[in-house]
Amino acid sequence: MKNVWIICRKELKSYFVSPIAYGLMAFFAAISGYFFYIATAIFVTRGVESQMMGRGTPMDLNEWVIRPLLMNVSVIGLFLIPMITMRLFAEEKRSGTIELLATSPVRDLEIILGKWFAALIMYACILGISMLNLSLLFVYGKPDWKPLLVGYLGLLLQGGCLLSIGTFISTTTRNQIIAGVATFGICLLLWVFDWVSAYETANWAKVMSYLSVVTHFETFAKGVLDTKDIVFYLSMIFFGLFLTSRSMESLRWRS
Amino acid sequence: MIKVEGLTKRYARTVAVDDISFEIEKGQIVGFLGPNGAGKTTTMRVLTCFLPPTAGAANVAGFDVLKNPLEVKKRIGYLPETPPLYPEMEVDEYLTFVGRLKGIGRPELAKRIDEVCERCAIGDVRKKLVGKLSKGYRQRVGLAQAIIHNPEVLVLDEPTAGLDPKQIIETRELIKGLAGDHTIILSTHILPEVEQTCQQVIIIAKGKLVATDSVSNLTNRLRGSEAVAVEVEARDGVIDPVVVRQRLEQVPGVSRVIIKETREKRHGFEVESLQGRPVRAELARTVVEAGWNLNELRPLALSLEEIFLQLTAPDQGEAEGGAK
Repeated sequence: MKNVWIICRKELKSYFVSPIAYGLMAFFAAISGYFFYIATAIFVTRGVESQMMGRGTPMDLNEWVIRPLLMNVSVIGLFLIPMITMRLFAEEKRSGTIELLATSPVRDLEIILGKWFAALIMYACILGISMLNLSLLFVYGKPDWKPLLVGYLGLLLQGGCLLSIGTFISTTTRNQIIAGVATFGICLLLWVFDWVSAYETANWAKVMSYLSVVTHFETFAKGVLDTKDIVFYLSMIFFGLFLTSRSMESLRWRS
Repeated sequence: MIKVEGLTKRYARTVAVDDISFEIEKGQIVGFLGPNGAGKTTTMRVLTCFLPPTAGAANVAGFDVLKNPLEVKKRIGYLPETPPLYPEMEVDEYLTFVGRLKGIGRPELAKRIDEVCERCAIGDVRKKLVGKLSKGYRQRVGLAQAIIHNPEVLVLDEPTAGLDPKQIIETRELIKGLAGDHTIILSTHILPEVEQTCQQVIIIAKGKLVATDSVSNLTNRLRGSEAVAVEVEARDGVIDPVVVRQRLEQVPGVSRVIIKETREKRHGFEVESLQGRPVRAELARTVVEAGWNLNELRPLALSLEEIFLQLTAPDQGEAEGGAK
């Protein structure tokens, strides 16, 4: 466990001494800020409209602002994740530092977990920025905070699952760009898999829809903790990390 | 300390290391010698548990590389061909990371870092970014990284490659200074390096073990006869090299005299003598008594370089003992 933390700290440091961390945070702040503005603007105009119509039904901040915002953030995550994971192993392989890690008295699993945790913490830091926007809602309104918490848990689980896949892809190449592009492709696929369910109801479409990481997030965005989705994410994380460890072992046999 | 038996490493199409066996005793500096692509790096990677062997066994400090890799890794320090550095870290930060990774506790670590920095002469760059260091400093930081946990065995893959002559000498001195407490294997394709730093040589070529012996034994074994370079100059006028040769051939113990170069007044010869018969004093006296000037009298030792070429050359063994 100590070794996991040593590796994790080193990875976090290298995120934050390079412009990657700040670039991604700035990018995310801009995009999520934009979505937040749109969501609140719609909320306000709708609110004014319904009052003018004389319908006094109170509008729900959670339903009108937080939920669409969380859905959007989960999709933005798909774009951020390749940039977080692409360097994890590809860079070590390119510069030869993988030899240092692999000949140090640490287990492969500890290296992988350390790197994955670092990526997850990095992702959480980026997501944290969107909390700034949402905290404004608490200043001017009274949204329910529990669904929000569930939503963020969902974002982290979804992120963790894509990050584990990205980590795996990073072990397969020594070129960061290739790792990034491939991870992006897979992230995108896992997102759009769900779209077939719009016109097709056959079993294969159900399977594809089930594999889509975004569908499982919908319940979290609603503030519902569903074991089925938690299990899906956890098993995907496990699967991704398992592939990573296999791939790392194969490096030793092949290289 | 290190015991390798029948080690074989096969890649998809090629055999990188083919049935190599050797043993290294504690505290020795061993030169691992071979042309490029001979399998030096592969063997070192097996010893450091980076690659598993296809067949055979390697035992480092009493632990098998396949069965107990973690124990082996604790006892081994490894400097790969390109030092494994993180350019975005400061030297201190880097050494702290590696030290922690190798399992050194916090209280001890600061002391260890001071020690290795002093030993590797990197004290003045400790606050610099690794990425900004010159090649020589990088190599030294790489070496510091390898010895930070005071390993019993040190594996250095071409530690002097790409350094300038001054840095090469410094690095060699550094390595020599580490012997004794550490058992050191260093690979190189530079022969003088082995002659200067190592006590024992292991020569491999094309994945096969060619020779393993102490440096002095190896030199002696392959030297059938001794050779001396002689340059003779006429005191006044011109002399005929053939006359000089005849004169030199009469010196007892001399087996052969070859005229190497002739100019008007000066002539160079190579004088071969039977093994164990020192002829230099007699040669000098002969030349001076004949009324010539003796410009040069230099023993031609068969260098490791020549031995190496003999050993690794295809279809040619040690049969040709007295080659030049």
